[in-house]
Amino acid sequence: MYRYDEFDHAFVAERVTQFRDQVARRISGELSEDEFKPLRLMNGLYLQLHAYMLRVAIPYGTLSALQMRKLAHIARTYDRGYGHFTTRQNIQYNWPKLGEVPDILAELAAVEMHAIQTSGNCIRNTTADPLAGVAADEIEDPRAYAEIIRQWSTLHPEFSFLPRKFKIAVTGAPNDRAVTRGHDIGLRMHLDNAGAAGFEVMVGGGQGRTPIMAKTIRAFLPVDQLLSYLEAILRVYNQLGRRDNIYKARIKILVQNVGVEAFADLVEAEWRHIRDGALDLPTEERDRIAAYFSPPPYDDLSEDCPALDNAIDAHPHFAAWMESNVQAHKQPGYAIATISLKPHGGIPGDASAAQMDAVADLSEQYGFGEIRVSYKQNLILPDIPKADLYALWLVLDRWDLATANAGRISDIIACPGLDYCNLANARSIPIAQRISERFSDLARERAIGDLSLNISGCINACAHHHVANIGILGVDKKGTEFYQITLGGVANENATIGSIIGPAFDEWQIADAVETIVDVYLQQREKDEPFIDTYQRIGPDPFKEKLYATDQAR
Amino acid sequence: MSTNLTQAITANRLSDGFVVYLTAQDQWSERIEDCQSADDPRSAETLFARAQHHADSGQIVGPYLFKIVRDGGHPVPLSRREIIRTTGPSVGTDLNLK
Repeated sequence: MYRYDEFDHAFVAERVTQFRDQVARRISGELSEDEFKPLRLMNGLYLQLHAYMLRVAIPYGTLSALQMRKLAHIARTYDRGYGHFTTRQNIQYNWPKLGEVPDILAELAAVEMHAIQTSGNCIRNTTADPLAGVAADEIEDPRAYAEIIRQWSTLHPEFSFLPRKFKIAVTGAPNDRAVTRGHDIGLRMHLDNAGAAGFEVMVGGGQGRTPIMAKTIRAFLPVDQLLSYLEAILRVYNQLGRRDNIYKARIKILVQNVGVEAFADLVEAEWRHIRDGALDLPTEERDRIAAYFSPPPYDDLSEDCPALDNAIDAHPHFAAWMESNVQAHKQPGYAIATISLKPHGGIPGDASAAQMDAVADLSEQYGFGEIRVSYKQNLILPDIPKADLYALWLVLDRWDLATANAGRISDIIACPGLDYCNLANARSIPIAQRISERFSDLARERAIGDLSLNISGCINACAHHHVANIGILGVDKKGTEFYQITLGGVANENATIGSIIGPAFDEWQIADAVETIVDVYLQQREKDEPFIDTYQRIGPDPFKEKLYATDQAR
Repeated sequence: MSTNLTQAITANRLSDGFVVYLTAQDQWSERIEDCQSADDPRSAETLFARAQHHADSGQIVGPYLFKIVRDGGHPVPLSRREIIRTTGPSVGTDLNLK
């Protein structure tokens, strides 16, 4: 893992001191809310419906056991005993007190974490493939580049007041697990003909009220030129992006208005001025950062594991968990285990302090003390010896962390919605709870197979409903919550925006509507065809016919 | 009397962000039952001016008027958002927790 150097430590500590002074001046009345608001937002502190909310960055979704224990400690000491993991690989605390936030930031700084640039019109926490470094299909661990981007973008003087927020995602694998096309800039690693690594650069993606998938403006960018090219993109955006209309201010609107080719030309023209200069990444510096992400000292294990096979044969629930929550590892004899934060009827992404401590303990007992946070609001233990999976599962089960639903219909991504969020129009969590309870039968959920279902409580689409196989968007119609369904969204390397199926359903109809969609799929699917393949083969009409056959929608 | 125009003032408390309501005693209460209501635009304006004064002095943040009805004398917000602000998250804060 990356470790702070002296500069990092000093910078974060200085920021804590600064913010402590700003909070004191706000409480004493010296600063007005108008003066204080931009300062608190720069430190990830929002004011939500019921309380302040602190958003803490988890860079590229990687945590040490020590950091996870600190997050648990903060939840227990300063909040209400839990935290909420988000689609941007952050954790949010819903109940911090203003006067204690500087103490929380000091606690975070002690474990090399912070909340800087988790809000505001700046470059936000750079996200990455949660399986970075362990996925079998990976070309190179993308986290070194995510860390380089983090260092370049933190307090970048030119890009601290962009027209709007700016999100970058990086993957080092052909199978996209970071929704790179859904970001302002998506970076996907490829190899050129000579076997050298470089990035495909995709620009102008985003969800929200105008969902657009990012377009490729450069098919291959040598890795050493990453920062100069990113700087060229940001500079064009900073100069030409709209500042007069918040809904038109994201780079996706600029790319759309200028045209992809013209935008690429602008970037290339800017790049010509700054490439081959100070922003080039020297190989030794790249290697220095990459060394932080070196593989742990794996044992030389056999890929065959009879003990695991026996456990799978003997314990059907464990077998189901193995099927959905465990993935192949690049290292023989090891596996990647997803810890579902989606218990049936639970709050997606929430983890109690005790659960966080338990995950930290397990990461040390069975792995190398590393934990990942996925944009799907789950946790991942990336390095578990296959022979330990059953023992791991037994402990996870005790902590209600062994739901066998990763990638399944009850693995719902849901934003906090109107239960917490100041921007929301409708609640998301109770709808997620109702739907996940509806599909809590293990055999049925396995029979349905892989299916993504995401619920956003407003058009800002924090829960990525546009790219879910079944997307649900909460809307407010004259004071009543309604839920609009989109079908056909895809979040992987073939990212696709779903289409609205028809009129919205009320909160009591929406779970039935989802069930109807699933029934149509099960009737129409061929063999083991996943939901999305069936949808793409038969189109929306059979779903529409069944959904609106009776007048259940409005 | 409660009319379509009945309004009260809410804000978030500076120290913890909790939802509070302006009372007839010029205090801020966490209980909506304590809120002072205004039945016409003019008294609503007066109420808001008082709340703004408290915002300026730093006790509370972002005061605004919202619509209520009186149900048997009890103030009930009209919008779902304000109902949730009054009662807290509808999902509780301890589900999913052991």
